[in-house]
Amino acid sequence: MELDALLLARLQFAFTISFHILFPSFTIGLASYLAVLEGLWLKTDRRVYRDLYRFWSKIFAVSFGMGVVSGVVMSYQFGTNWSRLSDIAGNVLGPLLSYEVLTAFFLEAGFLGIMLFGWDRVGRGLHFFATCMVAIGTLFSTFWILSANSWMQTPTGYEVLDGRFHPASWLAVIFNPSFPYRLVHMTLAAYLTTAFAVGAVGAWHLLYRRSRDNARQLDAARVMFSMAMWMAAFVAPIQILAGDLHGLNTLEHQPAKIAAMEGHWETRQGAPLLLFGMPDMQREETKWAVEVPHLGSLILTHDWNGTLRGLKEWPADERPNASVIFWSFRLMVAIGVAMMLLGLTSLVLRWRRRLYETRWFHTFALVMGPSGFLAVLAGWVTTEVGRQPWVVYGQLRSADAVSSVQAGHVAISLALFFATYLIVFGVGVYYLLKLMATGPVPQLADQPQTGGPGQPQQPMRPISAAQDPLEAGE
Amino acid sequence: MDGHSFGIDLPLLWAIIIAFAVFMYVVMDGFDLGVGILFPFIRGKEDRDIMMNSVAPIWDGNETWMVLGGTGLFAAFPLAYATILPALYLPLILMLIALIFRGVAFEFRFKSTRTRPAWDVAFATSSTIAAFVQGAALGAFIQGFTIVDRQYAGGAFDWLSPFAIFTGLALVIGYAALGCGWMIMKAEGELQARMFRTMPVLGLLLLLFVAGVSLWTPLRHPAIAERWFSMPNLLLLSPVPILVLAVAWALWRALRLRREVQPFFLTLCLFLLSYIGLAISLWPNIIPPEISIWQAAAPSETQGFLLVGVLFLIPIILGYTAYAYWIFRGKVPAEGGYHGTEHH
Repeated sequence: MELDALLLARLQFAFTISFHILFPSFTIGLASYLAVLEGLWLKTDRRVYRDLYRFWSKIFAVSFGMGVVSGVVMSYQFGTNWSRLSDIAGNVLGPLLSYEVLTAFFLEAGFLGIMLFGWDRVGRGLHFFATCMVAIGTLFSTFWILSANSWMQTPTGYEVLDGRFHPASWLAVIFNPSFPYRLVHMTLAAYLTTAFAVGAVGAWHLLYRRSRDNARQLDAARVMFSMAMWMAAFVAPIQILAGDLHGLNTLEHQPAKIAAMEGHWETRQGAPLLLFGMPDMQREETKWAVEVPHLGSLILTHDWNGTLRGLKEWPADERPNASVIFWSFRLMVAIGVAMMLLGLTSLVLRWRRRLYETRWFHTFALVMGPSGFLAVLAGWVTTEVGRQPWVVYGQLRSADAVSSVQAGHVAISLALFFATYLIVFGVGVYYLLKLMATGPVPQLADQPQTGGPGQPQQPMRPISAAQDPLEAGE
Repeated sequence: MDGHSFGIDLPLLWAIIIAFAVFMYVVMDGFDLGVGILFPFIRGKEDRDIMMNSVAPIWDGNETWMVLGGTGLFAAFPLAYATILPALYLPLILMLIALIFRGVAFEFRFKSTRTRPAWDVAFATSSTIAAFVQGAALGAFIQGFTIVDRQYAGGAFDWLSPFAIFTGLALVIGYAALGCGWMIMKAEGELQARMFRTMPVLGLLLLLFVAGVSLWTPLRHPAIAERWFSMPNLLLLSPVPILVLAVAWALWRALRLRREVQPFFLTLCLFLLSYIGLAISLWPNIIPPEISIWQAAAPSETQGFLLVGVLFLIPIILGYTAYAYWIFRGKVPAEGGYHGTEHH
């Protein structure tokens, strides 16, 4: 493929949304984690839960701020680069995306302020309520944005008038066929992403900071590590199950995507599962295939001799790029399996009372820290590249949805975004890592919080909730 | 598909909501962009800290209103969203990048010492660029866009006309004046005295730019000239320019009498009057020169569906914002601030 305006526009969207999605994936999970921590603190009155709450709420605030900043760009991408889509599908997509934004603002205006700055000013119950509302709010944002995405994947509830989509039934638009599966799969992915990040921070402190830490910090490191491992042990297997159901849903509504993910070219009964292979879009074959007979049909149709359609069933210009999503899918699955392995190992170690002493296992958990982010990106590449060449599946091609902006200008803006994101989010991520490395500092957790109306720290500028210096050695 | 349902003119209501969101953005973000524009002219770290601290507690409305305006436009007037944004492709991308830099520079300036000068430069530069491209985009909007078959059909640099450069500079000066008025209200001592000395210059420049835009626009667009200068409109609309002159005189007087609060609000009045003048010139078009709010409107199913959420949310945001401003009224103490003590 040449670097035409369409490909550049797709690259720009992919780049800006990939950067953006990293932060919400983390904050959706963190918000729920914080609600659990505060609930446990209220129930048990153990100080460690409060220490952990104060620590992770700072990291939540900075990540949330980064998510807002990168999200502003997204609300303009549809118009600048996908203007035909905006015109043709705006009647349906506009309100869904707007409701996502409204939900986020509602949170910021009210509950985020209480959550971040109200610790010493409101009662325990009200503060817990605010935390829960923030957690629920992030899930509502997920709800709306995935509804919009799912509608583009499996559009229902619309009618076409004058060549444009009109909403016929909002319920059918919102609850389109792939939406429930995608919502569950993405929410669990966010929870796992958070669990593995939290687990890695705990592991890092157990590995490298033990000698310097006091008992209270050690306790905090152990508790966060333990909680993360419970999540890994139970949510990773559930996620694999949810992913399987999502796959069956995709087979029903987007069989070409499944064929490309599996590297299948020919329609056949009892199709194999390919463990390895190099799908070649030109030669219409998957080279160097390593196959397990019948397993593909068994997984996807739950029948040893089930029929799976191959890519050749679709004209060449309606096939998603198998070379990309064959591998992005396998990367995601491999990470999922590794996550489950880590989780199950933790159960064994816990049972043997070796969870906090096994250094190789801590190293394993540390290495797996970024795995959730990677899996989310791999999953998104699979589902988004897999729906090509459609932007509204079966209805509107990406090529007919793009703005008529010259390729050169899309390239320039992409380069500008690239440079900006590198600097801005580079510093942001550096700061986050620094906060994580510092760990829960009990003395700080005992100090009153400042912020809220009239204060320099503001919920709508969540990054202000973290007051640690940016540079090292201060 | 006439956009009417339940006897409500939904496109009109949505046009008012979006116009309101845009003006709120200008009110909320204008003065702190202005503070950023004035930043290079104030050297001392202490003074810069005061300037930053004066906007830190209330600088939070800008993103809200800008995104609300953007996504609201997408949902309520998809045709406008789908044509204006590609027409303003480069300035909008520049603005977004400037606002990203600015938002992050603002936060990390407080958290840094060694790298602080770099964040200062980023804050000042991005504020100025954001102001200029917003003004240029406004100029391009007034000029109008070439639309063929529901798509923008002009060139990538159509927006970059002498008129747009003029409006870009006008907005830089306008925001700087707002920022200057803000600092007169918020600062004390030598910093405030400097702002008092700067304000007449900025105010005069702003008036000249307002006059320039007001003359240039009807000269270029006969339809707009017709609207303002035909009878009886000439008489009916005459309060707008007369009020501009009255506000200018009041501003001059307030500065001479060293009033601390009035200059900021009088400058805001100048913005409001200019905004009203603009609305009169362009009404009822949402994509100048000829596509009206009714032609660009989404169907009532779409506009009505989102209206519920917006009508619920806007009062909440307004209430919260008003509360934040009320709490933060008064001067910024030199010691107060990000890491520092609480102040009330």
